[in-house]
Amino acid sequence: MASVMQMARLMQGNEAVAEAAIAAGVNFYAGYPITPSTEIAEFMARKLPLTGGVFIQMEDEISSMAAIIGASLTGAKAITATSGPGFSLMQENIGYAVMAEVPCVIINVMRLGPSTGMPTAPGQGDVMQARWGTHGDHPVIALCPSSVTESYELTVRAVNLAERFRTPVILLLDEVVAHLRERIILPAQEDIKLINRVKPAGNDSSYLPYRPIDNGIPPMSDIGGGYRHNVTGLVHDERGIPSNDPGVAGALISRLMTKVADYTGEIYMSDGYLLEDAEIAVVAYGAVARSARRAVKEARQDQIAAGLWRPVSLWPFPGKEIEELSRRVRCIIVAEMNSGQMAGEVERHAGGRCPVVSLAKVNGELIAPGEIHRRIREVYTGA
Amino acid sequence: MTERVEICLSGSGGQGIILAGIILADAVIREGKSVVQSQSYGPEARGGASRAEVIIGGDELDYPKINSPDILLAMSQEASDKYLKRLRQGGMGILDSTYVGLPSESGVKVFHLPISSMAITRLGREMMANMVALGALVRITGIVGRESIEEAVRARVPLGSLDMNLSALDMGRELAIKFSSQ
Amino acid sequence: MPDVIKEYFRPGSLPHMWCPGCGTGIVLQSFLRAIHHLGYRRDDVAVVGGIGCSARAVSYIDFNTVHTTHGRALAFATGIKLAKPDLQVFVIMGDGDAAAIGGNHLIHSARRNIDLNVLVINNSVYGMTGGQCSPLTPTGSRTATSPYGSLERQLNIVNLVAAAGGTFVARSTAYHAKLTGELIEQGVANKGFSFIEVISQCPTGFGRKNGPSDPAAMLQWQKDKAVMAEKYGKLPEEEAKGKFPIGVLFRDEAPDYTDIYLGMSSRAGRGKESGGKDND
Repeated sequence: MASVMQMARLMQGNEAVAEAAIAAGVNFYAGYPITPSTEIAEFMARKLPLTGGVFIQMEDEISSMAAIIGASLTGAKAITATSGPGFSLMQENIGYAVMAEVPCVIINVMRLGPSTGMPTAPGQGDVMQARWGTHGDHPVIALCPSSVTESYELTVRAVNLAERFRTPVILLLDEVVAHLRERIILPAQEDIKLINRVKPAGNDSSYLPYRPIDNGIPPMSDIGGGYRHNVTGLVHDERGIPSNDPGVAGALISRLMTKVADYTGEIYMSDGYLLEDAEIAVVAYGAVARSARRAVKEARQDQIAAGLWRPVSLWPFPGKEIEELSRRVRCIIVAEMNSGQMAGEVERHAGGRCPVVSLAKVNGELIAPGEIHRRIREVYTGA
Repeated sequence: MTERVEICLSGSGGQGIILAGIILADAVIREGKSVVQSQSYGPEARGGASRAEVIIGGDELDYPKINSPDILLAMSQEASDKYLKRLRQGGMGILDSTYVGLPSESGVKVFHLPISSMAITRLGREMMANMVALGALVRITGIVGRESIEEAVRARVPLGSLDMNLSALDMGRELAIKFSSQ
Repeated sequence: MPDVIKEYFRPGSLPHMWCPGCGTGIVLQSFLRAIHHLGYRRDDVAVVGGIGCSARAVSYIDFNTVHTTHGRALAFATGIKLAKPDLQVFVIMGDGDAAAIGGNHLIHSARRNIDLNVLVINNSVYGMTGGQCSPLTPTGSRTATSPYGSLERQLNIVNLVAAAGGTFVARSTAYHAKLTGELIEQGVANKGFSFIEVISQCPTGFGRKNGPSDPAAMLQWQKDKAVMAEKYGKLPEEEAKGKFPIGVLFRDEAPDYTDIYLGMSSRAGRGKESGGKDND
């Protein structure tokens, strides 16, 4: 149903994620209840049966991850949502999805950890878990929204990227964004651009399930779609048959990395605020970026040339922009609700060209603008 | 971009503070303004203290929490003690006199209204106190129009109790008018 | 008799990785004969395996095959079946795979009574990692991780599945190859969770330490100790000692989860969304 004008609505971050998933064509959800992500599961439990999709509450997060991989192998667009402890449990099967090249999306609403931590309090401590949580070398795509509207947009994008690159995509919300209610104008369905995985042409007798076409990504045949083959987490050849050949292993892992690395230009997302003449750049993402934006505004009132750089794709990290920034600012401050996980990454890309100061806070509270503003002033006067 | 107004709704669990916050935010959106709503969440939400925040206006990606509220609704003594002192100079405090004593705060405008007792005596349902409070708050502050708040209530409360919720809203409005004319 | 190897093994799969005398090949042959007899199109069949010697079977055979992570085959299979209910989905696991690391999924798949056909090849040990004890290792057995004899009690996996809600529960042995095939066909006919434990031999990981180690003698042991369920029930206690029942052990009637999900979904779709407004 095409409506001429889309109405503004009040919507929670988690709800926007679920709405967007449906709009992006998601027709399979498996999950396990965990705060602060449960609204997503509850929404999907209500909506998916209405549209012929599948919702199942599994016995844990391990099986949730397994079930969405199974569903995706049959051609479904499948997602799950969780929080820190559940995200940890999913890691092995996330690696499986990387290895077997199964598109799927994992939404991780970050709360304070480690362990059970503070279930209802925000954190950003899963940034490195998203990058390195599963064992072995692997590519990762992880996106991080700062608002309800962006939660919607990035969910659609996450589903599209998973289909495009045949790889799991992680959406990292923090509890603040997940539970905020904000004004959102949903796009009309016909305005949402959907990407579907490339499938083999019918009756292609030369089809091999893991032989890439020119973009490094093999076309994917559905289970039951006529191209019977083997899917495995073992190193496998182009037929999907397990192999112990170092040549096969090296080529496979290298292709898994480059099929994403070669297209980072397509994946990178970031934005800047008052950066043009900035002498001090604040780097922040998720809800903290909003505190930082306010702090930058306040600093400008004090005649301090501050600016904000906000990575939206955390992985792959748009490090080139930090490299460029580090050549023209006096200092970079990285504000985040963890012990400095992204500060290290920023420092690496700044390459010693300017100091990188970590404003790390882990107490279950959103960093306030005043804290960032104070640090900007300290750096400015001390610099 | 409209000027940023910060509203803190506070009280005890079970008083419907969060729903009042959501309805207020919904009403703001109906007037085409931007809004951010959040709440204290978790064990706090059952019994104990309860708090909803509504921020109107400001730019899209601004800080989503309250710095120092322009408007405070306090429906418990604990909430009043905690938040009244955080009110911005010149801010407004709406206190439920059923539970909150008259404070000695200066520099803020205080409205001391029998919100919960009105819900009990006139409707026989203390549960409706949140709507009485909302009616009073909207009338006193003028942050949203009467129609918008009524539309938001219609959209967000179950049909079975809609009439009672709307009456409660009216009562709050009357209470505010009566208080202002005193 | 069809040459199931020629017909159903993927070209280039051989030689397989199983030790001489292993029972898995025998069980796989029973499986393939049953599928052949059932006459399914290969494209309509999905075979899902976990990790271990027995689960490795899936990579060799020419169906839609998914070789998953250790213990999780049932969870992958649940996703496959729910997303494409027309597929015939089989799950092949070993005893460590199904009873230890995958125990939780076994309980809940049985509880849902989801239409999966499960074959657990029980060789009493973790074979691929070198013969460590599993929850199905007989108490007192010597294994790589129970050098003084295993202390833990053996899980009665068929009772577990029956108690959890499985609607077809059976047992066979590698020796009883024909029975295994028949049970697989009966399990397929049951629309719900069908579970078959096949007691098999691991001469390398179990036989050598506990005797007999000769595969033929191990098969002979299976022949001697297994008694058809009807007969087993009538054995005097003295005679039943040390023996175990095979055949269909438990049957129940319950709706299949896939069916009831689809029913709910179509009712909900017709009735539109019930439920209230989103006032939390």
